[in-house]
Amino acid sequence: MDSLLNKSRPPVFCPGCGHEIVVRALDRAFQNMGLDGNQICVVSDIGCSGLFDTFFNTHAFHGLHGRVLTYATGIKLCRPELHVVATMGDGGLGIGGAHLLAACRRNVNLTLLVLNNFNFGMTGGQCSATTPSQAEVASGFLNRLDKPLDLHSVAVAAGAAYMASISGYRKGLNRAIEEAIRFDGFAVVEILGICPGRYTRRNKLTPKVIEEELAEKGHKNGPVPSNAGPEYGWAYRQLSSSQEPAETPTAIEAVLKPLTAARQDVIILGAAGQQVITAGRLLGLAAMAAGLHVTQKNDYDITVLRGPSIAELILSPGEIDYPEIDKPSVILALAAEGVARRKNIFGSADESTLVIQASGVSIPETKARVQVVDFMALDLKAQDWALAALAVMAESGTVIHKPMLQAAIAHRFKGKALVGIREVIDKIIDRLSGPTQTGSG
Amino acid sequence: MGLTLMEGNELIAWAAYEAGCRFFAGYPITPATAIYNAMLRLLPPEGGIVLQGEDEIASIGYCLGASMCGWKAMTATSGPGISLFSESVSFAIGSEIPIVIVDVQRLGPSTGSATKGADGDIQFMRWGNSGGLPVIVLAPADVADCFPITMHAFNLAEQYRCPVFIASNKEIGLTGESVDFPALERAPVVHRRLAPDGEPFLPFRPAAGSDAPYFLPFGAKTLVRQTSSTHGENGYITTDPAEIRAANERLDRKLTANVDRFSYYQEEPVADATTLMVTYGVTSRAARLACRELNKRGEKVTLLVLKTLFPVPQNVIRRAAAGVKRALVVEMNQGQYALEVDRVLKNHHVEFCGAMDGKLISPGRIMEAASG
Repeated sequence: MDSLLNKSRPPVFCPGCGHEIVVRALDRAFQNMGLDGNQICVVSDIGCSGLFDTFFNTHAFHGLHGRVLTYATGIKLCRPELHVVATMGDGGLGIGGAHLLAACRRNVNLTLLVLNNFNFGMTGGQCSATTPSQAEVASGFLNRLDKPLDLHSVAVAAGAAYMASISGYRKGLNRAIEEAIRFDGFAVVEILGICPGRYTRRNKLTPKVIEEELAEKGHKNGPVPSNAGPEYGWAYRQLSSSQEPAETPTAIEAVLKPLTAARQDVIILGAAGQQVITAGRLLGLAAMAAGLHVTQKNDYDITVLRGPSIAELILSPGEIDYPEIDKPSVILALAAEGVARRKNIFGSADESTLVIQASGVSIPETKARVQVVDFMALDLKAQDWALAALAVMAESGTVIHKPMLQAAIAHRFKGKALVGIREVIDKIIDRLSGPTQTGSG
Repeated sequence: MGLTLMEGNELIAWAAYEAGCRFFAGYPITPATAIYNAMLRLLPPEGGIVLQGEDEIASIGYCLGASMCGWKAMTATSGPGISLFSESVSFAIGSEIPIVIVDVQRLGPSTGSATKGADGDIQFMRWGNSGGLPVIVLAPADVADCFPITMHAFNLAEQYRCPVFIASNKEIGLTGESVDFPALERAPVVHRRLAPDGEPFLPFRPAAGSDAPYFLPFGAKTLVRQTSSTHGENGYITTDPAEIRAANERLDRKLTANVDRFSYYQEEPVADATTLMVTYGVTSRAARLACRELNKRGEKVTLLVLKTLFPVPQNVIRRAAAGVKRALVVEMNQGQYALEVDRVLKNHHVEFCGAMDGKLISPGRIMEAASG
């Protein structure tokens, strides 16, 4: 095959720069694989290694510092037939560290060439994540305080399925690169080189020293057996094709008549674990079964298993403009946590508001009408109180009637869950029919 | 006949799907996570891809790579994430990479309050990029509105090859509302224009009769170049000031000169109105109520609800303001869009009503402000 080097844009590196050797080795690897330019995408980011994409007649993507693996991942997943080769320097390695770790864990079939020349060449020779502590660089004494990062160890620890660290001056660099490109998974090749423009002006570094340091580290190059696993894109396509298609949103038939023509605002004040949000949704659906418009807003803490859980429902025959409740028609006071979070609404409520208060949950002083329900006497656990309160409302003709609630439950639940929740609601309605269970407070 | 109880975030996901979006990458963040959840249910069974990025920077990077392969891509976040998107937004602007970015705004500054609403990122969406070139920002007014606005967002991203922001709000994204799902407005789906066969392809040369270039995906037979560096039409770095100036002017013009074509708004005009009330987003619901009450009282107020926020639909605002003496801008921040209205309506008295306290602005407060 012909060279894929862009003859009108030859490499422009400093004389003696190790990067130029890598450009030629990469080209030889492409040639040896018999690839056309349109079968390859070279992806680069910032720094001297970021010039790579311009030297090749391939698809090319040049982006922001350290982000090369993010672009390359998106490209490879969408175009799995492309050979995607990403280049970064030791600068990109540092700033894009999180992306490197993610790519090692993920095993997308990409090749990453890290051109490690131990400093930021382009910006003046500052220290990078790989600068030796004893080196003299443009960052003053700062690099003396940091430990250099050993990419090989980090990548293997992060799960890289293929890792090689080699000198850019070693014969066979092109074959090392080719092996990495041919590897079916995420392959990292760290290529150690010399930056004559910056680094070796003040530091002694030769191909021999690079070889000695590599030998001292004693890393094993090639596939990492303990990290072997399925290629991400392949596995992704396997798993995603077995996913059930999402259900199209289904409407609830508006076949019932509402209980009242007036807008009703309901606030459910409960605690985490009381199914307040689900109860709110059921109340909304019940209203929609009678052709009403609905808004539902929920409020709960980030710690979902502790603290208040609140649902606010507006149920209206007309379109709802301002989706906020100033004066509730009904407050369900089901837990101290919810009551505490909205304690102010009790003071401002008048007799037009009905509070359905779970026995044992104290509420602030209020002019609202209060109906106490002893859920415990009904043999109900606190987790069922919100649903039970809906049954109380349906039974007593507050905001909703029984067919509305039944329609909501039939719409929301299916199969066993539907049978189960129907039993609970029916049981509650049954028991509520007994005159001694509720009273005014 | 019936309605469906859906949240704004869900409708954005469904609209994205119907607009042809098949790539989503995001990082979990309240109050935007439900979009990611919904996309994860929608896309993989249809051959689409959903990724959870290691951070927001990665998420938008994945999307840019996917978009350059010809896939319609979206990401969604809130204030802290939109901040991290910044460098990639500049990239998508300058390199004309279509992408839809949802900002389900929450109360700032900074990490602020995850579950409280605000419209505090409006100017950040417009200006939070290096270089300051324009983007498109669309704002849904309620839950149902998320659907057509998202479809428009994809169509505009494709047509103009640019990032398009959806300026949602916790009060829309996480509010459930009864919607007539099948009856929602569905604009015809637009795709980016592919370069015609047989002509030399220059990735940044404007297409015939357009200020946006033709597209070819990575993997096409013809080689495609993409770069975040200052580039000429051929996608290689240029230092020629004339070429650079022309490219930047084109990037500006392709959106600002065409905004009349995508100025989405709702107006409730009142004859002989003395005040124009300008608002957007969830605040428009309270503003509508306030306007109706004011008009009942005989205080003549025209309501203008903007859904295209940027580029500023100047002609819409000027037309709506014809004949009125003053404008009142109502928004859930400390007066960000009021700056734009003040700029556009030079000869009017422009007032502002709003706050950032995690609460919706009430109709009563708006009426007080309008009555002066």
